[in-house]
Amino acid sequence: MSTRLATGGRLIDRCTTLKFRFNGKLMRGFAGDTLASALLANDQMLVGRSFKYHRPRGIVASGPEEPNALVNLGEEGTFEPNQRATTTELFRELQATSQNHWPMLEFDIGALNAKLSRFMPAGFYYKTFLYPRHFWKYLYEPFIRQAAGLGKAPKARDADSYEHSYAFCDVLIIGGGIAGLTAARAAAQTGARVMVLEQTAHWGGRAPVDGGTVDDTPVDKVVDSLIAELSAMDNVTLLNRCMGAGVYDHGYVLGYERLRDHAPDAPGPRHRLWRIRAAQIVTATGAIERPLSFAGNDIPGVMLASAVRDYITNFAVSPGDRTVVVTNNDDAYRTAIAVKNTGLDVPAIIDARPEGAPGPLATEAEAQGIRILRGKAIAKVHGTQRVTGITLCAQAGAGAPLEEIACDAVAMSGGWSPVVHLWSHCGGKLTWDDTQACFRPDVDKAPIGADGIANHRPAGAANGHLHMSTLMADAHTAGQAAAKASGFKPKTGAAPAGASLDEAPLMPVWRMPQGAAQDLRAKSWLDFQNDVKVSDVELAAQEGFESVEHAKRYTTLGMATDQGKLSNINGLAILSDALGQPIPQTGTTTFRPPYTPISMGAIAGEGRGDIFQPLRRTPLHDWHDANGAHWEPVGHWRRPYAYVRSGEKLHDAVMRETKNVRENLGLLDASTLGKLLVKGPDAGRFLDMLYTNMMSTLKPGKCRYGLMCNENGFLMDDGVVARIDDDTWLCHTTTGGADHIHQHMEEWLQTEWWDWKVHVANLTEHYAQIAVVGPHARDVLEKLGGMDVSAGSLGFMDWKDGTLGGIDVRAYRISFSGELSYEIAVKASQGRALWDALIDAGQEFGVMPYGTEALHILRAEKGFIMIGDETDGTIIPQDLNLNWAISKKKEDFLGKRAQERTHLADPTRWKLVGLETVDGSTIPDGSYIPADGTNANGQSNLQGRVTSTYHSPNLGRGIAMALVADGPARMGETLMIPEPSGVTRYAKIVSPVFYDPEGEKQNV
Amino acid sequence: MLMLTCPCCGVTAEETEFTGGGEAHITRHGPGSSDDEFETYLFMRENPKGVHFERWRHAYGCGKWFHAARCTVTLEVFGTYSAQTTRPPQDILDTITKKRPGWTWRDIA
Repeated sequence: MSTRLATGGRLIDRCTTLKFRFNGKLMRGFAGDTLASALLANDQMLVGRSFKYHRPRGIVASGPEEPNALVNLGEEGTFEPNQRATTTELFRELQATSQNHWPMLEFDIGALNAKLSRFMPAGFYYKTFLYPRHFWKYLYEPFIRQAAGLGKAPKARDADSYEHSYAFCDVLIIGGGIAGLTAARAAAQTGARVMVLEQTAHWGGRAPVDGGTVDDTPVDKVVDSLIAELSAMDNVTLLNRCMGAGVYDHGYVLGYERLRDHAPDAPGPRHRLWRIRAAQIVTATGAIERPLSFAGNDIPGVMLASAVRDYITNFAVSPGDRTVVVTNNDDAYRTAIAVKNTGLDVPAIIDARPEGAPGPLATEAEAQGIRILRGKAIAKVHGTQRVTGITLCAQAGAGAPLEEIACDAVAMSGGWSPVVHLWSHCGGKLTWDDTQACFRPDVDKAPIGADGIANHRPAGAANGHLHMSTLMADAHTAGQAAAKASGFKPKTGAAPAGASLDEAPLMPVWRMPQGAAQDLRAKSWLDFQNDVKVSDVELAAQEGFESVEHAKRYTTLGMATDQGKLSNINGLAILSDALGQPIPQTGTTTFRPPYTPISMGAIAGEGRGDIFQPLRRTPLHDWHDANGAHWEPVGHWRRPYAYVRSGEKLHDAVMRETKNVRENLGLLDASTLGKLLVKGPDAGRFLDMLYTNMMSTLKPGKCRYGLMCNENGFLMDDGVVARIDDDTWLCHTTTGGADHIHQHMEEWLQTEWWDWKVHVANLTEHYAQIAVVGPHARDVLEKLGGMDVSAGSLGFMDWKDGTLGGIDVRAYRISFSGELSYEIAVKASQGRALWDALIDAGQEFGVMPYGTEALHILRAEKGFIMIGDETDGTIIPQDLNLNWAISKKKEDFLGKRAQERTHLADPTRWKLVGLETVDGSTIPDGSYIPADGTNANGQSNLQGRVTSTYHSPNLGRGIAMALVADGPARMGETLMIPEPSGVTRYAKIVSPVFYDPEGEKQNV
Repeated sequence: MLMLTCPCCGVTAEETEFTGGGEAHITRHGPGSSDDEFETYLFMRENPKGVHFERWRHAYGCGKWFHAARCTVTLEVFGTYSAQTTRPPQDILDTITKKRPGWTWRDIA
């Protein structure tokens, strides 16, 4: 059993007991424990079930590489799935539950899959569930989704807050182990601004556990003095609990700081995402131990040798009473010695390497009386929910049993792989190190900065320097080089001298035993999280998935939350072997950020709720809000869709407002319309290029409706242009178009016609604009008093400056409804005063404000197009019968050449018409109009589609606008419009001008 | 995330301050041009692996357009220059030649 030792534990505080619950069961740990160490101290080795076969899964590792110990943490607003127990610091009242099992952890129905594992090899799902196709949606997928998956998605709103922070430094060190701290000191001594990110709560990394000396001082003491020295330097920022999550172009790095995951009751944000720009980056990210691939290596109790050592040294937790060590290198002997030193039993060290000269570690282990079995291997591990023993065999053979050894833990070590993830994120290349059997950074092919010069260097174990003897010098040099590359002068002086016990070379072991038979290979796990075995990778290779990226996706090796931190190299080696090629030829899969999963909350930062995006408010926003506005988002604006009165439904309000505009008087807040001032000697010439019609000939005091197309000929915006004076025009754009039309104008002025003398200013928010619309529009303005708004003085499509009710205004006599209509522009600060005055004065005329839906219906009744309804980026003005607004005199305008292309000049293009349903009903939005026959895909042919459709209260019937093949020539024809519900409507093609076709109402 | 220097206002800033505007130095063809010319103008692009000339706009800064010479493989920025030119300035071309001997882009080498 795993248990807490009576003494020791460098990271725990035995005076502070913390109660926590796992699957509802009360347990106790100490301050300083991780959830994993606390679970082991309570003999909870079984922590979950695997993804595919629901095999029992125990804790394997002690750090972020852990594939198995993923738990649900917290409840409701703090619930989070897939949290690694090995990186979760224990806190009081922590609540964790295990994942991926039903009905319970110890007895899981899904484990039946394991019995069928022989029939569920790699690609099983692809092969089995292909046919019949419709079974996929209703049977296979729901079943698989229920059975598979890690954790459950949170349902409650996240109760915590998060933030982003920006930082800049000369040298960023990722990793606060002995190498990172040494590099940091070397860089900081030059005066460079240095930041150090350490993912755990503790500095020094593995060094204090693994031992060694620096300049004859024990390494744990060296870590303490380095931290003291760096903390005292003003140019150094040390951040622990902050993982270097990703490295991006030109020295951009994301740091993921977990501020109070370990202290949930503390105030402040939970996570902080650091957005760091570093001139130089040093990755001192250490190395991760590899598992060995033997049958039953996934049974709870089989752990990494380094993890066993960590739990003993850091947390005084022993994973087992009898621990067998299996290894291909000397480092694992440290684990055997550490176990032995606690007084517990190590029945054997099984060393796959043949007889050879023992190094100092082997000599020490032997001196402690540990039995060392050389040239041997584990044939298989016994046990189901916990290791009970192993069968010994020769490494060289096929696995013939030699001996049974009883044990309850197995510590395995297949060698070490440098953590090259961050080096690789931004293009750093790797080289294969034959001696240590690992990929390490190819320092000649480093990621580069904007200037093309390397901006990234690895240090220490992350650079393949796995032993103290060379690690210290490498880290020191890396720190100095980084500082120098960012413009600082390194101090002279010797690098610190590291030392540790000599180690004999390892022997690469990718399969144990070497000639393992099929039944053993089918139980030799490579990827514990995704249930990928040696036999699966071999099958993938056999079936032609030779690229490592294909093999990964076919087998799921290295996918999901751990991204194969333990499994990748072992999987590559098996794939290479199956393909008969060397490992570097197979290569690695792509390393992508983040290094380990980061919270969605941290990514969102402060950007949630009200500040998710900025909200633009017109000067009349508060009035709308206080008067029943049902808001409609339009870009970043909010516009009233309708003003709903008490006891009224939204649709009723729209109908009431629409009728009132035609019968009495309506007011619309048109402030959101774009207002672009175009000024200069070449302004007229410029606008002639931008609009399809002629703007240079417009007289001051006059308005003209204009269309804007892009160079592809397609309509992009429309609006009324007013000529202010000889060299000034004011262009109204759609609400959504204000910003991008402004940019469109600037783009042409800056990049094509840069010698034209024109300025453009976006005045959209400078003015409030109120549309005063309806038969009583003139009456209410005259009642306010001031300027002459009579037909003789201010005719249709005229504009004039003046005063109304004592307020300076500019009045445009323009109409988007077909009614007598004035749009009154005032300084934004006067908008509310004018609105209030109009509402007051309008009472006797039956004034009502109206919203965007009434606006839409009113314009549709008149057959006026709306950008975004009648257009979708593929529509030209000619499609909308707007040829009258396209100049024939102009030699050139944007879109003219494009509209000459054959498919745009094609007479059979769908063209705008009106539709009237035979029964007066309203056609649903987005309806299509089918034609006879089917296309090559067996879908119904089409002859048109509905672009706008409303119930018109003024006409008492449904009206619609549609684009129909050859539509204008088919007036009076009845079309069939089927709905998905089965209802079929019939509609007659009519003119799109449904109301007041002669335009009498607006010309009074 | 790239770092670029705006030649108009002199600010060196992160990519999020800028918006990309596609390939640089494209000749506009309007009415009177052949179908081939117009197709080239609207649609045909270099899409090179290596040296490239691009349009960028300092959208969240001075608002000005400018040009950048950049390597699409390594993301190295050789330099930025005014948008008001139809050809990259000689000093930029010299810089590129020094770093990428033998490079070509359209008719420039």
